[in-house]
Amino acid sequence: MGKCCCGNTCQDSRLTEILEEYKGKEGVLIPVLQRAQEIKGYLPEKTIRAIADFFNKPYSEVYGVATFYAQFRLQPSGENTIRVCAGTACHVRGGKAILDKVCSELNIAPGGTSADGKFSLEPVACLGACGLAPVMMINDTTYGRLTPEKIPEILAKY
Amino acid sequence: MAIKSPEDLKKIKDEALEEATARINDGTQIMVGMGTCGIAAGAREVMAAIMEEVGKRNLKIAISWTGCIGMCEQEVLVDVIRPGEKRITYGKVTPQVVPRIITEHVINGNIVEDYVVGKLD
Amino acid sequence: MQIYRGHVLVCAGTGCVASGSRNVQAEMEKQLEAFNLDKEIKLVETGCHGFCEMGPIVIVYPEGIFYCRVQPEDVKEIVEEHLLKGRPVKRLLFKNQITEEMVPHYKDIDFYKKQNRIVLGNCGFINPENIKEYIARDGYEALAKALTQMTPEQVIEEIKAAGLRGRGGGGFPTGLKWEFARKAPGDKKYVICNADEGDPCAFMDRSILEGDPHALIEGMAIAAYAIGSDEGYIYVRAEYPLAIKRLKIAIAQAHELGLLGEDIFGSGFNFKLNIKEGAGAFVCGEETALIASIEGRRGEPRVRPPFPANKGLWGKPSNVNNVETFANVPRIIARGSQWFADMGTEKSKGTKVFALTGKVKNTGLAEVTMGITLREIIYDIGGGIIDDKKYKAVQIGGPSGGCIPEELLDLPIDYDSLISAGAMMGSGGLVVMDEDTCMVELARFFLNFTQMESCGKCTPCREGTKIMLDILERITKGEGKEGDIELLQSLAETIKSTSLCGLGQTAPNPVLSTLRYFRDEYEAHIKDKRCPAGACTALASYRILEDKCIGCTSCARVCPAKAISGEVKKPHKIDPAKCIKCGACIETCKFNAIVKQ
Repeated sequence: MGKCCCGNTCQDSRLTEILEEYKGKEGVLIPVLQRAQEIKGYLPEKTIRAIADFFNKPYSEVYGVATFYAQFRLQPSGENTIRVCAGTACHVRGGKAILDKVCSELNIAPGGTSADGKFSLEPVACLGACGLAPVMMINDTTYGRLTPEKIPEILAKY
Repeated sequence: MAIKSPEDLKKIKDEALEEATARINDGTQIMVGMGTCGIAAGAREVMAAIMEEVGKRNLKIAISWTGCIGMCEQEVLVDVIRPGEKRITYGKVTPQVVPRIITEHVINGNIVEDYVVGKLD
Repeated sequence: MQIYRGHVLVCAGTGCVASGSRNVQAEMEKQLEAFNLDKEIKLVETGCHGFCEMGPIVIVYPEGIFYCRVQPEDVKEIVEEHLLKGRPVKRLLFKNQITEEMVPHYKDIDFYKKQNRIVLGNCGFINPENIKEYIARDGYEALAKALTQMTPEQVIEEIKAAGLRGRGGGGFPTGLKWEFARKAPGDKKYVICNADEGDPCAFMDRSILEGDPHALIEGMAIAAYAIGSDEGYIYVRAEYPLAIKRLKIAIAQAHELGLLGEDIFGSGFNFKLNIKEGAGAFVCGEETALIASIEGRRGEPRVRPPFPANKGLWGKPSNVNNVETFANVPRIIARGSQWFADMGTEKSKGTKVFALTGKVKNTGLAEVTMGITLREIIYDIGGGIIDDKKYKAVQIGGPSGGCIPEELLDLPIDYDSLISAGAMMGSGGLVVMDEDTCMVELARFFLNFTQMESCGKCTPCREGTKIMLDILERITKGEGKEGDIELLQSLAETIKSTSLCGLGQTAPNPVLSTLRYFRDEYEAHIKDKRCPAGACTALASYRILEDKCIGCTSCARVCPAKAISGEVKKPHKIDPAKCIKCGACIETCKFNAIVKQ
């Protein structure tokens, strides 16, 4: 474990390790951002700056990549990530009612985080489980054949 | 083992095919009656003997099982079905008879008449 | 060698895992042991069968008995009754929706009967995490044949003669694409697989990646040999964690057997494969954007030419095909171009995998010969519309495609017939819609999607789709005005002809095709402020039927806007001025006394 600028071994040293791993390689910005996001669940400005400095790229370029892709978050997210599928099959089978129910249960809007920090709600175009529409995913678990009535029970598990 | 030629690939394929005979086979089927009476008469031992014999001889055939066929006094019942041929039912099969059925009938196509209890199209 | 008398296949595709197949598999392992059958019966974890609706799916061989919606508590019965005593468990068999008969065999289920499963032939049949099962099914024989018996030019000729066209969108001839990359000068070339399946509701590539990853690897290796490349990239969506895991295992196993790496089959041909995880951008399905993303940049498309065949990844000649295209390659090389060219229509050969979803009874993946009609897919394979409602349209080709109305259901489908009907093959998503779907709302839904996914590089797409979306939103809210349809049409034509990439050029398609076939719905929204399908909330009105209302007051209690009033045991009334049209009253009413108009 290396030491970071603050003199302590802290999360920043993990970033240093990741950066060292990709040193001198080409086309690695996206994997680096993906790995860096795993540290805190989002990409703080400081992290983006450190990555830009390390690869000798302008901050704007790294920021540009981080904001281009839906996967990257610049704000802290909740403990659990909910992805309600907004694909076509889910849409025609009542996906909107599922989204509305999740929103009203947690009192959040798509893209937001619940007040207790427990859930974040992210939009997703399709989870590829269309046969079970409507579906949603909480962290890595997919829930299919949903109805609004099932939502509170599922959320209570977390 | 690293594959260095199409022949090497063939070797691995042959090995893999043996493990997959239940799904990929040449159409020959051996079926054992595994109803309560069959099991009581020793169907499990017969099944084990068949599996051993088929494994030893490297045959690409499907071994399956069925429920009670209704001729309880003839148990253990074993059916052999070769593609395009009659379905032959053998009765009172014991593990000792299995090698004969496999070599004579399954491999060479000669029905073991002593044990036949039925022939079906 | 261990011989098993039976194999139990448990589906571990994304769909079945979501409906609980992991627990079924664990219980199966436990029960096989408990009944002392673990030495006789082999438990095999497979990829997707494409019939996710019926998941978790369990198939027992050698009979090929198909069990659906299996729960952990059913496992003991399957083991005891079927595996031990040989009596299939009837209540878990697939039930024919029309005849109500139980269908025990996989092959006899209508959903599979009309299919021609070539690309999906191994999916759900082999264990994708065991390379030997792929080899048992003739795997890597095509690569051996190409490397030891064919020149790269012969491989390209074979693919050209087969008439294989790109399965990911435009349908460009694959052999021709390879030839461009082969002829492009350069000592370093790349083969790239587009596995960034971004079209909502297309999941055939996911199914191949999860169920038969070696077919993709073999196809890519053959392509690399043909164009003269020694390195490949698979660009796969991060939303497909299981596919990524299986690909990694498959690549490692192929390396171990020397089917990837150096001097493959002693031919001197080297090939190395890398996986790149996408980060969530629909536009990365466009090949130049995909290349930019692999290079670690914003996934923005660029002007073509130069085409990737000449200047692709890191400026080197590159060939990009999608998963399904590559998966067809080993089959063509192994069985010959003639076999492939004999299937399909004059200009579209082979099969296509469609993802059948929406308001249809059997949802899932259907691989059919080109030239089949939509009616056969929707009614014979799909089993018809849920609740036997009236078919309205099918959206084909996702957000870049268009809808096909009832009068065209007997159209034989191939690349060209779909284009002339105003849709496109795209990646093969088929979303079926019934009378309850509003086509204007559907167009709005797709525009909302493409608008969000527009990368912002070129103006027609960035600004144009936004303006179109605004108009569509107004119309669905009942604020449409005279001239909106004409404005939509002219915007659509401009965006189509002036956008930089495929995303922009096809973004207006859903609007144009719904206008072509369902113009009356647009007019009803604009002129009569009415939604014929009753789907647009803002245009709906709720009314209590006096003769049915018994005055139980439950609607009044549940109404969040306090729009319902009335005395106990007397018919209630809804105040339209206060009503926010949330529909809570309809849901709560036990007497069907409230109607939405």
